[in-house]
Amino acid sequence: MKLLSIETATEACSAALWLDGALTSRFEMAPREHTRLILPMMDALLAEAGVRLADLDALAFGRGPGAFTGVRIAAAVIQGAAFGADLPVVPVSTLAALAQQGLDAGATRVLAALDARMGEVYWAAFEADSEGLAVPAGPEQVVAPDAVPVPEGQGWRCVGSGWGGYEQALRTRLGGRVSDIDSSPYPAAAEVARLAVRDFAAGLAVPAEQALPVYLRDKVAEKPKT
Amino acid sequence: MRILGIETSCDETGVAVIDAEHGLLSHALYSQVALHAEYGGVVPELASRDHIRKLLPLVRQALDEADTAAPDLTGIAYTSGPGLLGALLVGAGVARSLAWAWGLPAVGVHHMEGHLLAPLLGDEPPEFPFLALLVSGGHTMLVDVQGVGRYRILGESLDDAAGEAFDKTAKLLGLGYPGGPALAALAEQGDPARFSFPRPMTDRPGLDFSFSGLKTRALTTLREARTEQDRADVARAFEEAVVDTLVIKCLRAVQETGAERLVVAGGVGANRRLRERLRAAVGAEGASVHYPPFEFCTDNGAMIALAGLMRFQAGAGEDLTIRARARWNLAQG
Repeated sequence: MKLLSIETATEACSAALWLDGALTSRFEMAPREHTRLILPMMDALLAEAGVRLADLDALAFGRGPGAFTGVRIAAAVIQGAAFGADLPVVPVSTLAALAQQGLDAGATRVLAALDARMGEVYWAAFEADSEGLAVPAGPEQVVAPDAVPVPEGQGWRCVGSGWGGYEQALRTRLGGRVSDIDSSPYPAAAEVARLAVRDFAAGLAVPAEQALPVYLRDKVAEKPKT
Repeated sequence: MRILGIETSCDETGVAVIDAEHGLLSHALYSQVALHAEYGGVVPELASRDHIRKLLPLVRQALDEADTAAPDLTGIAYTSGPGLLGALLVGAGVARSLAWAWGLPAVGVHHMEGHLLAPLLGDEPPEFPFLALLVSGGHTMLVDVQGVGRYRILGESLDDAAGEAFDKTAKLLGLGYPGGPALAALAEQGDPARFSFPRPMTDRPGLDFSFSGLKTRALTTLREARTEQDRADVARAFEEAVVDTLVIKCLRAVQETGAERLVVAGGVGANRRLRERLRAAVGAEGASVHYPPFEFCTDNGAMIALAGLMRFQAGAGEDLTIRARARWNLAQG
């Protein structure tokens, strides 16, 4: 299985190459630089591995939620590359990729939260499957920190930028269900690739045209009253 | 040389294939106008969301209709700006990435360069040099065009674009959005002698425009309007004022530059009264007036493919950066 992935939904810009279990990646914290960095990252990973785009089995991208523009950059780049190389695409949840970092750090259940601005967070709960990979434990949503769904049980590890800006409100809401909090991880292409390999095997790849963003926040304009 | 062109700078998704020898091979267009009409204007985030859904199917369609595959292409051109940043990023991202996948060069072209070269898509293309009047919902400018990439802006709007003034005034008249063409239709019933609107900035030298005052004038005049005829008379006075102002400035530019050809591009160039007046006034100076084929007056992929073709012929090619620029001065190339 050979797969190239990207993730640009937050300030972090990254690309990763999965070659039959071996993973290489590029990662940079680079607000507003994604358009300059992402294609050179992809190009360099392939060149260093001596692999052509056409040799791959699939492409993958973090399909959001996240910054609208960032998520669309990933979708646009993957659409162009997938159409050009005639490859299927595996869309991967940006929240799942983020949660995977919590699972990798030893947790079995993770609450992933990304700052969605406007007083809200992108939110979802994940658990580990038998391979230690993230599977959803509830729906993804955009929600105010004091209204997030309270998960069952205890020992939830919390990851993502949403825990930086809204830690107090989230702690008040969730009480003793939270074990520890790490707001420093950003979603990255390496985890997108690992989840995509699993999902590809499960038949979840789509054609290039259907490599579309998931925004969660869909009310973006008001119709005039008249 | 064969080029794929992609346009997503505002509320039209356009894709086309052009060949240096055989001309335009295909063009596909999807207009979001109905989507934005419900909101009374273009909503940038909704425009971006629609582009990312519609673009790739249009690319497939344009390539199929042109019977063209990757090995037939020489390069990919996309609108790099100016326009709505989020919307531009969709076209730029898909185009640059597709060019990378196909091992082709890419070039980001200026949206207005596309418009001012669009008359070259017609059956009787004007020769360089020419004077160009670009009039759309986003822009009003007079440009001295010596050749590809050799542009000098002689004047532009200091506030609303002419098409924007049309649409805003149409809204005041209750004609919906975008109401420019509906305003022109209503003006046909109007009495040109009933109200007299000013011709902004024509009483001083220079080639700049200002149209926001006309919209305000229409608003105050409409306060007294009671009947459908009153509204038609306001529409007529407004249209006369915009058309007259554009004609006066074009004439002035022709006289100052000695241009032998005037090219009119952009959506407002479809206005019948503007076309009649320009032909008469500019014709009297011994200059000819040229328009793009009707379907290429508004935003489209064909003009971007053409501009790209001419850029590639001049040796253009860029690195792997996805270039989207909300603001970009045409004269800076």
